Formats: sequence, structure tokens, C-alpha cells
Amino acid sequence: MAYKASDYKTDAHNDWCPGCGDFGILSAVQQALAEMDLAPEQVLLFSGVGCFAKTPHFVRTYGCHTLHGRSLPFAVGAKLGNPELTVISLGGDGDGYGIGAGHFLNTGRRNLDMLYMVFNNGVYGLTKGQASPTLKQNVQTKSLPMPNINDAINPLAVALAAGYTWIARGYAYDGKGLRELIRQGINHRGMALLDVLQPCPTYNTVNTKDWYEGLEMDEETGVKKPAAPRIYKLAETGFDPVVHNPDDSEEICQKKGQAFQKSQEWGDRIPVGIFYQVNLPTYEDRLKERVPALKQFSPSNIPIYDPATGTPSLDISPALSDLRVC
Amino acid sequence: MSLDFSWMIGGAQGSGVDSSATTFARACAAGGLWVFGKREYHSNIKGEHSYFQIRVSDRPIRSHIDEVHLLATFDKETITVHKGEVVPGGAILYDPAIVKPEEIGRPDCLLIPVVYQEIIQATAREFHREKELMKLAIMKNVVAVAASLGLVGLDFQLLKKTLEEVFKGRRAALAPMNIRAAEQAYQFAAGRRQTDYPHRLRPIAVPAGEKRIMINGTTATALGKVVGGCRFQTYYPITPASDESEYLEAHPEFGVTVIQSEDEIAAVTGAIGAAVTGVRASTSTSGPGFCLMAEGMGWAGMNEVPVVIFNYQRAGPSTGLPTRHEQGDLKFTLSASHGEFPRLVLAPGDLEEYFYDAIDAFNYAERYQTPVVVLGDKAVANSTQTLPWYDLGGVHIDRGQLLSDEELAVQVASEGRYKRFKFTESGVSPRSRPGQKQGIFWLTGDEHDETGHICEEPENRTRMMVKRMRKLETAAREIPIEKKVNLFGDRDADITLVSWGSPKGAILDAMELLKAEKISINFLQVHLVLPFPTEFVAQVLARARRRVNVEMNYSGQLAQVIREKTGMAMDASILKWNGRAISQNEIVDGVKRILKAHESKVVLTHGV
Repeated sequence: MAYKASDYKTDAHNDWCPGCGDFGILSAVQQALAEMDLAPEQVLLFSGVGCFAKTPHFVRTYGCHTLHGRSLPFAVGAKLGNPELTVISLGGDGDGYGIGAGHFLNTGRRNLDMLYMVFNNGVYGLTKGQASPTLKQNVQTKSLPMPNINDAINPLAVALAAGYTWIARGYAYDGKGLRELIRQGINHRGMALLDVLQPCPTYNTVNTKDWYEGLEMDEETGVKKPAAPRIYKLAETGFDPVVHNPDDSEEICQKKGQAFQKSQEWGDRIPVGIFYQVNLPTYEDRLKERVPALKQFSPSNIPIYDPATGTPSLDISPALSDLRVC
Repeated sequence: MSLDFSWMIGGAQGSGVDSSATTFARACAAGGLWVFGKREYHSNIKGEHSYFQIRVSDRPIRSHIDEVHLLATFDKETITVHKGEVVPGGAILYDPAIVKPEEIGRPDCLLIPVVYQEIIQATAREFHREKELMKLAIMKNVVAVAASLGLVGLDFQLLKKTLEEVFKGRRAALAPMNIRAAEQAYQFAAGRRQTDYPHRLRPIAVPAGEKRIMINGTTATALGKVVGGCRFQTYYPITPASDESEYLEAHPEFGVTVIQSEDEIAAVTGAIGAAVTGVRASTSTSGPGFCLMAEGMGWAGMNEVPVVIFNYQRAGPSTGLPTRHEQGDLKFTLSASHGEFPRLVLAPGDLEEYFYDAIDAFNYAERYQTPVVVLGDKAVANSTQTLPWYDLGGVHIDRGQLLSDEELAVQVASEGRYKRFKFTESGVSPRSRPGQKQGIFWLTGDEHDETGHICEEPENRTRMMVKRMRKLETAAREIPIEKKVNLFGDRDADITLVSWGSPKGAILDAMELLKAEKISINFLQVHLVLPFPTEFVAQVLARARRRVNVEMNYSGQLAQVIREKTGMAMDASILKWNGRAISQNEIVDGVKRILKAHESKVVLTHGV
């Protein structure tokens, strides 16, 4: 059966601000799921806390709106509990790169087969506009009493260092491109980070939709300058993010190097697309090598008892024999 | 009591104290004797003093005693620290190369010089491995154990058999040399046996068909978990809980996915995420880690996710005494995390309850769809004890209202849609799992409606709180009284001890002695702390002549909970918070101080 984007819509009340970048991302998620023809019951979305974190309520799949910063560890548990599900973890820039930064790093070194998608707008929207870890130094958005005193972290560079095997950046208002990136991120066999730039029309008065699209106002004349889009697509520049031979450590090094360099570009030109991609064995693969039962079952499906009698399935006599003294 | 013998070995941490003690205990247990072992160690890897005390008896024992009848040493510090614990007429094994007998300062004891180095050298020569003397120094542990057993005359064959079991697999090649060293030490000490040293260990017959194991608290929990269907365990390294997860990881044949998380927040949220998919999931930690799990536990309470959390308490606050014992987390556990949600709190008191409670915890978690915390502690975690082979006869798994596809279809057909948080009489709503076509749900830390979507309506809030909290009443009603409390001893007694967790063993052992002294005593063990068995506890206390709480904490936390729930106060308390578990002697003395000297607060301080 072919699913349509509307099959992934719910009737939950949406209370995002008009013009919020979240709408574009939500719609891209629904369309990507439809394009991939993923059965709604096979998809499990996690989110942390923030405006964006309400997203799972608007998607008709299994959804978990969790704690601030903890989308990833919840999702890791669920993915390993049932690896047959398509698990997508949603984070925010404050949520995922701030309070949840430890999980962001450590999930990179496991390489689960999962997509982590971060809604990045530079501010803490739901608490009324404080600076997030991705807001640049000296930038003063609307509700900051003083310009931002901290420097910003670079999530793509951090992901490279942490071991993510697919690293990309999208833009909330590039629906088609974002859909394509979401699909590729889900399809990538390994841990994928998709950082999505999005305006916050209410609190980020600096990195606006017009700013990203290069439609700034000329302060003297009061008219918009001709478009000089900051966002451009890496793929259109011939950039090849893929490690073609994962056994070649030199190629890995070179591809990471160019990805790092590209990740530093910001200002007049902001690249989107895939920065780095390599295929390596997943955490699930490694677990299967260790725990024999996982070759046959997901943990959630391992038979643990006889439902008719309640008798546990596992015989622990061999373990008790090891402890036997007489 | 016909046989009650206490042996202690001490030494620098990392020098083999634990394995010596295990060998000693296994040899005794192989001879049909019952053992209880207590392990004490510093928060350190190598060098600091650690010791292990093994108590041996001809009847089941569940605690340690203050006396030491035989102290085995190979360094000076062990002598200095522990010589005072050796009873007059007891024995001390010492290394004459390190200490002179007159330096020991216990002329009332049998002092036996064990020439460790000579025995090891002679053995090495015999096996042509003299060049490896440095490496072979570790054999001093076997020498100490063998000399000890030679002195008390336990059949050498029992030690030999034990060593063959210890040195197996990759280490099998080491067995003959260790056995040879043991033989020499055993014979030497047997030759020094004197008639005024009364202690002898003789094998006793094990009744036909009876099988016994020797186990510690973390292994008992791990085995209970896997029997109970746990197939997902997360942990962040912490003493004394990590041993449990490492045991599970070392046994992949159990089929448990064990994840070492980046922190305890990830450990608890990972277990909850896994539990959402339907696998029985748990995490094990100690106090500092449990603090970090509080917020995650609240999310599980809000979203009615069955997750099991083991907290092996250790001495706090903060890092506290990281390797020492305390029961300081009771009140915290009862209310940890902001807001109000139902949770069950179990407090097992011994190695049998650690095993069976691990199974019950998962049944309760799924039946009531809420977090279950098991409050263990360092004392039992690190105790070693002989037990009858676990009886799995009455064990069953109850998954509560976990819906099959067919049941789900029936529900959806009758109600139009699936509601994860459907309002019900019991408070429990039938549960689907991701992957089930008709069971789609939403979970959120926000207050939510029956479908799981955010809802701030006051009326819905009022009903949802009632629905969730009602599950505690359902649990209180359904869980049988024998799972909630134990009442030991006479129905009418001069003194009623009330306790929870690990003091159980010392109390039960002490009661036998007190009874022999014609002191009429009973003991109420609170096993399920939440929902609290208020009615039963109130009944017992109402007819008690003298109520005394026994707890390993400063403020008498159970007594406070009892007062809150029943309005009844204790007449006296026996408390200890120096980080060392309560001994049998201390309970005996404490009870006498209360009954005879009319003390109202006995603070125990034994232990080094």
C-alpha cells in the first residue's frame, strides 16, 4: 500500500507561532515517510523538550515526547529494544547541543542505525528566546538583554569528532532538499546527524528566513536588496562526501578533513547537504555477534515465558551449577 | 550452637583477598558447612587495606559476628588493624619474615608462623619455575587458605577439589602447582595444631537430594532478573552495582542486551525507551546514580512505562563512603523526582529475597505499568552465602495488560480508536507496543489526554492524576500480605524489632541467641515499602510491648515512615551509620541495652 503524506497527519492541536520553521520540517518528515512508504506503526519518533519537541504529536506514528535533552538516550534504548523499528530522534539546538550534549557525543561512538535530526534556530524558543549553543558570539537577538557572550559550537564538526557516520545539514524552507536528506538519513545504515537550520520568527530576529535567503533590507532605502541566497547546496559544487573505501584510513581522514573545512563556512555562504558519509558496522551488528539470541529475535520479541502457564522460559540451571558448592 | 567459627583474611587491595576468601568458603561449603562472608574494601584499586570475613556453621547463617577465631595475614597492617578482633585463645597466622611474634602483642593467642616465601620457593623449584618467583608470589593466598584449613583440620580433599574448580579452563595449568603449595602449607599447620585451640571444621552430611549454591547479592539479583524475563539492562559504572551488569554481560547465553551508558541519565532513559518497545528492561545503580535518574523515573511514572530500577544503597551523602554500607536512601526513594506519581518500592533483606524480588519487580512493573524501585544495599550486594538451590516452582511471569494484536483489534473495534491512557477502574490501561498496527500511541512528559496528546485542561488533569495514583491502591489490594511483610518470632513478645533490608540476617541470627536467653522477641520486616502495608504494621505495633526500629542510617527513616503512615512512634531505636554492616552481636547487645539498661537510642559502632 502506498502511503500519502496525509496518512502521517494527526488531529492534535498545533500551537507553533505563525511562520515557524518547525512547520517546514514537520511537513518534510511526513512527506519523506510517505515517499519511503514506511508503515506508520513501524516508525517511532522521539523528541526532547522545546517548541520543536511537540512534533511527534503531529505525526501519526508511534511518538514519544520525552525530557529536555534526552531524546537520544530514550531513542537508543528503543532502537536496541526493537531494531526492526525505524527510530528517529528529534532534538533542538538547546535541547540536543546544550543540556543533551553528552548524549550527542556518546551516541556518535556507537553507530546505531538511526537518524538524529536537530531543529536548529539559535534560540531557546519555548522559554522566550535565550541564546542557544549555536548562536554566534556578539549576536543580539530580540530578547537578549546583551549580545551573546558565548561562542557557538559547530555541531557538524562535533559530530565528525564524535563518530557519526552520516552528517548533513538541511534548511527548513528547502522542502524538497530537506525531504531528500531525511530519506537518505533514514536509509543510511548507521548513526546519522541531520542539523536543520530554521528561523525562529518570534525570537531570532537576526537569522531570519530573509537573512538565510539573502533578502535583507537596505537600511538607507528601506527596500529589500536583490536576492543573494546564503544557503547553497554542496552537491551542486561537486563536493563528494562519501568514503568509498571504509577500510582506507587515509580516505577517511581526507573526507573528514574536507567535511570539517566545509563545516566552518558561515556568513555570506552557508552550505547544506551531506558533509560526510561512511559505511561501517553498526552497534546492532556488534551486539548480534555477542548475544546469540539477537540473531533470531529483537529483545522485545525474545520469548520470556509460556503465556498459558506463566512459566519463565530461561533455564538458569547451568548458571546455578557454576555456583553449586554441594 | 554446636559450631560457629569465624575466619578472616586481610591484605592490600588487589593482592587476592577476595579470591582467597572465596576459596576458603567454597572448601567449607563443599563439606556441607554453611557459610556467610562479608567483604570490606576501600575506594581504591591497589594498596589500601581490605578484608574478608567468613563465618562457618553447621546450620544456615545469615550474618557476621564480631569475633574472629582465626586471622590469616601476610602483611603487617592486617595484624595491626584486626588483632583486637581475635578472641582470647584464637589463632593468628603471620609471616615471620615480616613480623616477630612478640610484636603481635597477643600472647593469649596461638601464633603460627607461615613461611610463605619458603613454601612458594620450594613449590616453584619442584615445578622448575624458579625464574617466575615474582609472578608466583600470588600463591601466598592459597598458602594462607591451606594453612588455615590445616589448622582447623578440614579434610584436605575438599580444598583440593575446590582448587581444581577454581583453576580451570585457561588457568587449569596452574592447578597442580597451587595444590602442591597448598599441601605443604596444610601439613605444616596441621602439625602445629594444639589441644588448647578448640576450633575444628569437620564436614557434615548433606541430606540426600539437597543441592546448595554459594552466591552474592549482585549475582542473585542478576539471576532473578533473567528468570523474570529481563532482556535489557543499562548501567553506568558505580560501586557496588556494576558487578550485577558485568555478570549479565559475561553470560550472553541469557540473551540480555547490556548497555554501558554514558551516564545514569542515559541509563534510566535508555531502559525506559527499551521498555516502551515491550522488552522487560532495567537499570542498576547506587545512590549517586539514582539521584541522576530521578527525572527519568518521573517520566516513566507520567507515561506509565514499566521500568525496574535497582538502587544498591551505599553510604552518602554525595560520594560518601563509596564502598561502604548504609541504608540512607529510603525516604529519598519514596519521593524522588518532582511531582507525584505512583511507584512501588521493594526492600529485599537477604539473598533469597534479592533473587525473588527481581522477578516480582518486573511483574509489578508491568502489572501496574509504573516504575518499580528495588532498594538493595552494599551489605547484601557484597555478602557471600550458602543457600539451597533456588526453587523455581512457584515462579511465574505476569505481563499484566499487554495487548496481543487480537485483543487490540477487539478493543479498537468496540471503541473506535486505541487509547493508551484510557480511564479505567483499576487505573491500569491496556498497553500496546510499537509495531502493532492498531496500537499507535503518543507519550509525553506533559499532562496528556487518553490518547497521549498534551492537554492542560483542569478537568482532564484531575482525572489523570486520580487514574495514575489509583494504581497504587490497586497494587496495595492485589499484592498478597506475605510479599509485603514478614513477622518472625513470637506473636506476643517483650520486644518487637522493626526493620527493612539487610539488618534482617543479623536480626534473625540474634533472635536465636536471645531466645536461648529467654528474651521474648519478634521481628517485623517491612518488605514492600510502597504501597506501605499500613494496616498490618499498625496491627503488629499496636500489640507490641516495646517497639524498636533497627536501621543502618542516622535518622531512623523507616521509623519516620511508620509514624507518617500509622501515627505510631517507636519506643527505642538501634541505629548504625559508620559504614560497616550490623553484626549478630550488635543486635544482641542492642536489644539487651534497651531491655535491661532502658536505653532509648542505641548507636552501634563496631567494625574497622
